[in-house]
Amino acid sequence: MPNIIVDGQTIEAKDGANLLEVLLNEGINVPYFCWHPAMGSIGACRQCAVVGYANEDDTRGRIMMSCMTPVSEGARFSVNADNAESFRESVVENLMLNHPHDCPVCEEGGECHLQDMTVMVGHRDRQYEGLKTTYRNQYLGPFIGHEMNRCITCYRCVRYYKDYAGGDDLSAFGSRDRVFFGRAESGVLENEFAGNLIEVCPTGVFTDKTFSKHYTRKWDLQTAPTVCQSCSLGCNTYTSERYGEVRRVHNRYNHEVNGYFLCDRGRFGAGHVNSANRIPQAGIRNSDGRYDPVDLETALSAVSDLMSSSDGLIGIGSPRASLEANEALIQLVGEENYCNGMTDNECEMHQVILDVLASDLITPAMAEVEDYDAIIIVGEDITNHAPRLALSIRQSIRQRAGELAESSGIALWHDAAVRELAQAEKSPLTLLTPMADRLDDVATHSIRLAPNEIINKTIEITNAVNDATPSSAREIAQTLIEAKKPLIVSGTSLNSPNILKATTNLAIAVAQHNPETGIFLCAHESNSVGASLLGSDRSGEALLATKPNTAIVLENDIYSRFAEGALESIDHLVVLTPLDDSTASQADVVLPAGSFAEAEGTFINSEGRSQRSMVVFKPKGDIAPSYQLLTRLAGHAKQASTLRSELAARHEALQPITSIAPNEQFRIAGSKVARMTHRSSGRTAMSADISVREKRQPEDQESALAFTMEGNQQQAPAALRTYSWSPGWNSNQSIHKFQDEVGGPDRSAVDKRPLFEQTRRLTPYDISVESEFDPGQIVILQQHIFGSDPSSNEAEEIASLIPQPYVRMNSTTASSLALTHRGGAKCRDIEMMVLVDDDVAEGCLIYPSIPATTALAGVASTDFTAIEGWIAPSEAVKASLITTDGAR
Amino acid sequence: MGMILKAIWSQLVTLYRVLLHTFTPTDTVSYPEEMPYLAPRYRGRIVLTRDPGGEERCVACNLCAVACPVDCIALQKTEDEHGRWYADFFRINFSRCVMCGLCEEACPTYAIQLTPDFEMCEYDRQNMVYEKEHLLISGQGKYPGYSFYHVAGKAIKDKDKGESLNEATPIDVRSLLP
Ligand code: SF4
Ligand code: SF4
Ligand code: SF4
Ligand code: SF4
Ligand code: FES
Repeated sequence: MPNIIVDGQTIEAKDGANLLEVLLNEGINVPYFCWHPAMGSIGACRQCAVVGYANEDDTRGRIMMSCMTPVSEGARFSVNADNAESFRESVVENLMLNHPHDCPVCEEGGECHLQDMTVMVGHRDRQYEGLKTTYRNQYLGPFIGHEMNRCITCYRCVRYYKDYAGGDDLSAFGSRDRVFFGRAESGVLENEFAGNLIEVCPTGVFTDKTFSKHYTRKWDLQTAPTVCQSCSLGCNTYTSERYGEVRRVHNRYNHEVNGYFLCDRGRFGAGHVNSANRIPQAGIRNSDGRYDPVDLETALSAVSDLMSSSDGLIGIGSPRASLEANEALIQLVGEENYCNGMTDNECEMHQVILDVLASDLITPAMAEVEDYDAIIIVGEDITNHAPRLALSIRQSIRQRAGELAESSGIALWHDAAVRELAQAEKSPLTLLTPMADRLDDVATHSIRLAPNEIINKTIEITNAVNDATPSSAREIAQTLIEAKKPLIVSGTSLNSPNILKATTNLAIAVAQHNPETGIFLCAHESNSVGASLLGSDRSGEALLATKPNTAIVLENDIYSRFAEGALESIDHLVVLTPLDDSTASQADVVLPAGSFAEAEGTFINSEGRSQRSMVVFKPKGDIAPSYQLLTRLAGHAKQASTLRSELAARHEALQPITSIAPNEQFRIAGSKVARMTHRSSGRTAMSADISVREKRQPEDQESALAFTMEGNQQQAPAALRTYSWSPGWNSNQSIHKFQDEVGGPDRSAVDKRPLFEQTRRLTPYDISVESEFDPGQIVILQQHIFGSDPSSNEAEEIASLIPQPYVRMNSTTASSLALTHRGGAKCRDIEMMVLVDDDVAEGCLIYPSIPATTALAGVASTDFTAIEGWIAPSEAVKASLITTDGAR
Repeated sequence: MGMILKAIWSQLVTLYRVLLHTFTPTDTVSYPEEMPYLAPRYRGRIVLTRDPGGEERCVACNLCAVACPVDCIALQKTEDEHGRWYADFFRINFSRCVMCGLCEEACPTYAIQLTPDFEMCEYDRQNMVYEKEHLLISGQGKYPGYSFYHVAGKAIKDKDKGESLNEATPIDVRSLLP
């Protein structure tokens, strides 16, 4: 570790870091724009200038960019030198020449990095008297607003969008002082991670449109640390509320999980909390089949009556509900009458995932995936099913670039240089999928196979691991064996337990040759792994086969999950749900369950990491967390922490869930952690329209967070921190103030993965080579990032991007079924567009997993018939082409 | 002894001074029959003003609310179909307001202004809660002529990009001329 001297002070610098990182690590405020901890330096903005001295006798020094300066033993710098300070001030002044006078009407205001840096360098008055350059804005889709006048040409957006996220429809256009950042033409930004532009852009050019609709300044938001519920990866988020409505979701840095980035489903999908489809109140079905809204007490006693008069009572839990809620259900109905609400098939798939997580195979965290230098993805549509992981995989292919840079002595943070050096060189990435994949552009091999062929191919590769006979399978096996760190990825999107098993066998085989082998299996829903731990031994079907007549269903749309026949014996149905769904409309009693923003809960993600999601705001009216409703039914309401300890007492493996975040007794110097910022406004006027007498702030008995601005904020541990802020750093760039090392783990993070011992040696599963498939008999559900998650679908903006029904196949299959490209097809009364695409595996028919196609479960390909003379509605053409690609 | 004499002397001087006040003119006016003069900058009841075009000046930036030491301003931003920000609701709880004028100082648009009207007595405290329709006046108040949207870069109805103060016409991104 080199020692450097900064303004006379000796600093121990991190090896291989650039000077800017070293200074920030030391807590020295240096302004910057273009450098980003996840994207390195390009030296474009000139904002991070310091003075560097050649040696001890050099008193003049010269201005250099700290983000582009490597540190070496004894090097001397000054941050405070007058010329460095005035240089930095003049840089901001120049950036501000064309800046509009917009802050009051700019969504970035109050958390704007440009504002912060302007204040930091002390620039105040614009001296230039010429005219300001102006630009016209573009429509970029329902998520992101565009206001180009505010741009400071730091290039972060295009570097993020193109280089980091692999998008190709956002660029820098024009020349000299007319550079424009946007699309070639107005239109929806196509990349699934476009939402991160909001946080990456240091100004208000790209802003959150969904937030702007009911905009609130950052200082007025009431925020809690939450865990995204929209897929199985459990990205960490901040969810914020004002006036009883969820206003936005922001990234919450977790070094091991999502780092600095989220996917657009997670970021823009929380609108379901405010949806008109929420169940606001308990309801009882009356004799003429309609619902009577009733108060909670009446509903609860009606449920008690149903329970005591029942002839066979079961509780159907949910892989979408928290461990606490599932535990409360277990306590209510008894373990023998509980199932985790998954189907046979889901149980079997997730059992494989549990086996792998508990085995001695290496199961990396999502962020660690970036370090693997050869990846094979077996039958999983990562970008649509576990979106954020795709972003990590995109970084992993740069391992090759890293090697090249190392051999040429270029530091990895030298982003432009490393990319220039690597050109198109990438680490091997093999895809075995039935259709075009969003990762095709970075894959070295994309192989299109029907699901059963995927299994066969995987078995072939597994055999080739130990058999050196040259073949295409051996080539793939070899890249894995020879890699420094090979990674094998699969998941549940094709609904095939055998794919997971074959993948695991492959990992076991490769691991025998290469001890660094990792395996990442994507579960299906936010708490699938947790729910499996609670009872993967019995599926919903198995429990329903006992012919119970009364069921209590916890946050689970069983009428779309299970075949209709399985539910026949149920005469009395009690449903706890936040959203009105097909199960709620069958219920005798509906109880208004709190959404993720209104209920505390612990969730276990695909990596086997348990994470706590906190309550954002006190729910309206009778809405209450499911675990409270269930424990009230069982006698008296229990706290989440009580349920956690009771659960942990029964399940040794779940012991760590009690300690991943402080419980409700936690205090910092006697005070709770505030959910609001200390400058939160309007408290004495907010509810004055209802009554001028101010209500007490609601109290939170359940957690160490408080629904006020009173309390501690800055010292809160990561699991309880409610927003990222530090004096002078109002934007999310303040994250580095909570890290010992920029880009490193949060100083106070405790949620290491604790759940599995990872010692058990796994024996390969016994799976046979699947039989030849019937051409034209394979129907596959395609996951869609916008459309396949029932809760985010309720967010208006996401709903606008759900594709219209379509069916895709290659030309051979199409002609065998007499279907034509862009013609119509019909199946079970659902009309859809036919897309003929030769990038679909032979014999497969693909239709989207979206609300409009739920009725298609279990169809055969011959059920799709052509509609003569069908004219596609124009939105169908557009929507299916936007969101079904690679075949864009 | 000297001390006692000094104290008596002080008492006498005090009596004399008080007596002298009998002959000075009174400051107290017989309000409400007689109204005192209050300077325009006097800090009384708050109003929301309009810009020279007659549109609401307030852009719902929330700066007044955050500046308010008693947190008695609450509002919500919304926007019209042309992208102009304005307040969906704007509420001041005058039963809390201390007439400090910090909101007026914080306001970047001259929308919120304090007026010399201090007569705000109510029998029912609830009547001290003013909504936007109670606050909004039809004039420009103390700062005539200022229109925030004609300084800011955001385009609104009837003011396109490039038409604000000091702005050049929007650039043609496709031009490659040097
Ligand atoms: S980008 Fe920042 S400095 Fe620019 S108008 Fe918006 S808030 Fe103000
Ligand atoms: S749009 Fe934002 S990120 Fe892109 S160059 Fe401009 S300021 Fe930087
Ligand atoms: S990847 Fe999954 S967990 Fe992460 S933000 Fe997206 S939907 Fe949420
Ligand atoms: S500071 Fe002015 S413009 Fe901003 S919200 Fe208050 S009154 Fe409106
Ligand atoms: S941050 Fe160093 S030049 Fe931009």
